[in-house]
Amino acid sequence: MVSESIGKSTERVFVTPEGVDLRLNIGDAGQRAAAFLMDAAIIMAVLVGLTIVAIFMGVGAGAAGGFAGVEVLAVIWLLVFFVLRNFYFTAFELSAAAATPGKRMFGLRVASRDGGRLRAESVFARNALRELEVFMPLSLLISRADQGGAEGWMWILALVWAGVFVFFPLFNKDRLRAGDLVGGTWVVRTPRRKLTRDMADEGAERLAQFVFEPAQLEAYGAKELHVLESVLRQRDRGTMRAVAARISTKIGWTRGFDDRDEDFLSAYYAALRGRLEQRLLMGVRRRDKHDV
Amino acid sequence: MTDISSPYTLRSQRFRREREADWARLERLMDKVEKGSAAKLTDDEILAIPVLYRSTLSALSVARETSLDQGLVEFLETLAARAYFFVYGSRATLQDRLARFFSNDWPASVRSLWRETLVSGALMLLGAVVAAWLVSIEPDWFYAFVPADLAGGRDPAASTETLRATLDGSEDQPGLSVFAAYLFTHNAQVAILAFALGFSLCVPTALLMLYNGTMLGAFFALFASRGLGVEIGGWLLIHGVTELFAVTLAGAAGLKIGWAVAFPGDSSRLDAAVSAGRTAAVCMGGVVVMLFVAGLLEGFGRQLIVDTGARYAVAALTGLIWAAYFYGPRGRAFRGL
Repeated sequence: MVSESIGKSTERVFVTPEGVDLRLNIGDAGQRAAAFLMDAAIIMAVLVGLTIVAIFMGVGAGAAGGFAGVEVLAVIWLLVFFVLRNFYFTAFELSAAAATPGKRMFGLRVASRDGGRLRAESVFARNALRELEVFMPLSLLISRADQGGAEGWMWILALVWAGVFVFFPLFNKDRLRAGDLVGGTWVVRTPRRKLTRDMADEGAERLAQFVFEPAQLEAYGAKELHVLESVLRQRDRGTMRAVAARISTKIGWTRGFDDRDEDFLSAYYAALRGRLEQRLLMGVRRRDKHDV
Repeated sequence: MTDISSPYTLRSQRFRREREADWARLERLMDKVEKGSAAKLTDDEILAIPVLYRSTLSALSVARETSLDQGLVEFLETLAARAYFFVYGSRATLQDRLARFFSNDWPASVRSLWRETLVSGALMLLGAVVAAWLVSIEPDWFYAFVPADLAGGRDPAASTETLRATLDGSEDQPGLSVFAAYLFTHNAQVAILAFALGFSLCVPTALLMLYNGTMLGAFFALFASRGLGVEIGGWLLIHGVTELFAVTLAGAAGLKIGWAVAFPGDSSRLDAAVSAGRTAAVCMGGVVVMLFVAGLLEGFGRQLIVDTGARYAVAALTGLIWAAYFYGPRGRAFRGL
């Protein structure tokens, strides 16, 4: 199989059990961080809201003279805090979307690196390690280093050590957190894309008017074809005129008086694609014009 | 749309036209699923998805090899990926999962961690013995091992009578449930930290286990020096059997990961980490449950059961239950890991 060289830096091989490579794109560090901050903001908002409600209800319960009321509130607050801190991520990532609200907002989801099912224990493991990656560095940061001397140095060393885990994703190409490493997961992009118009649909109609010689169809390869496809999709007049002029010169095409640029380009697109696909069937893939 | 019989129609155009309706159907179904209404799918639709998914996947392979319509290939890639995540997504209900977790996965993972459990338990014991020995020769060591807010006045400066009073459970009756909740969340957090620290090559987890042991040993030595050894034993063990076991298991889970990362053996470092991580994570899920039980025992059981003999009985009972659950003989339905 000839591999296409369209590879972007985020594209990764991801082979399904059926043996087809889905070529998923991993989420880059910026998207991951943004998604995390979004989730953190949601957690904070819930906690702040809960605290405000708890205070009001606590005041009410206290006024009613019941110590028990305040006690129940305190228990609920402690448990909600614990559950949010430890299971917010796990619960959302176990759902069908395999993503927290933050991740969903950025079109990300968690997937198993080996192409199999995403397992509950993997999700649990990847999120339990957040303790090491988020909460430990945070609590270190909050604990003051005002003792000076050896204590201060210890604090700085501890911070550097904790920083290793915080910035772990930046030091590997798959942007794996320590949690991803242990859980066997990674975070991939799952964009939605509509099926766009086949640009050959219009061009094929015009092939009756435009007859290209085989030699004229040998000028370009797949890469140029894809550029032409996007030019036709954008339908910008100036660009189309320039491209049409360029192609006619290259293939030695004499333009008729009333040829529209768009008609010429789409006809050439259809003809070129037909030619290249014919060769593709014979097992010859021509990547670009330099590839012979 | 052009006439299908046009002589100029490309093979790839025909390929696309013949299948377009199927793809559109799969896309509609995926839109529906991703909106969270997977439960609303009819039986027909559920049966259709895997078929459509496989035909889309094979269309993708064909398109990559024969079509130069870039929009088509990109569309098929994203559609196939979306369908893949649905078809291979986990669809076990929460109930099934919980049942499997308690009947099989959790005890199996704890069993497979027996070596790490012994090491982690031994470390804690070592910490306890050393601290007890140090405190018994020089009581001031106590302050080095136990932070003041945790000791809550139970330190060498306190009189024997005060120490005895802290053991009978009468002191903080009103705030019991808050106390229980606090203990549970605090201990669970320490356990999860012990687990997470394992990733950094075992050492911090081992230290945490040692340290946990020293606190225990220091307390014990302090009370034993006043002739309250039996009472402190009951006071600690009523919940301690569950709690210390849970913390030991958390440490074991951490050690397992750290060891796999440091010494992966025949498999690659990544693979070793993943397989160790899965076993350890199952174990950790169970540890949280155990700590919840321990929190209840500590917050309620200890304050309500004040007789030392009864405390020892509860401790022995919980110990027996856990041991039988994890290590007792299993029926044939038990599949292990």
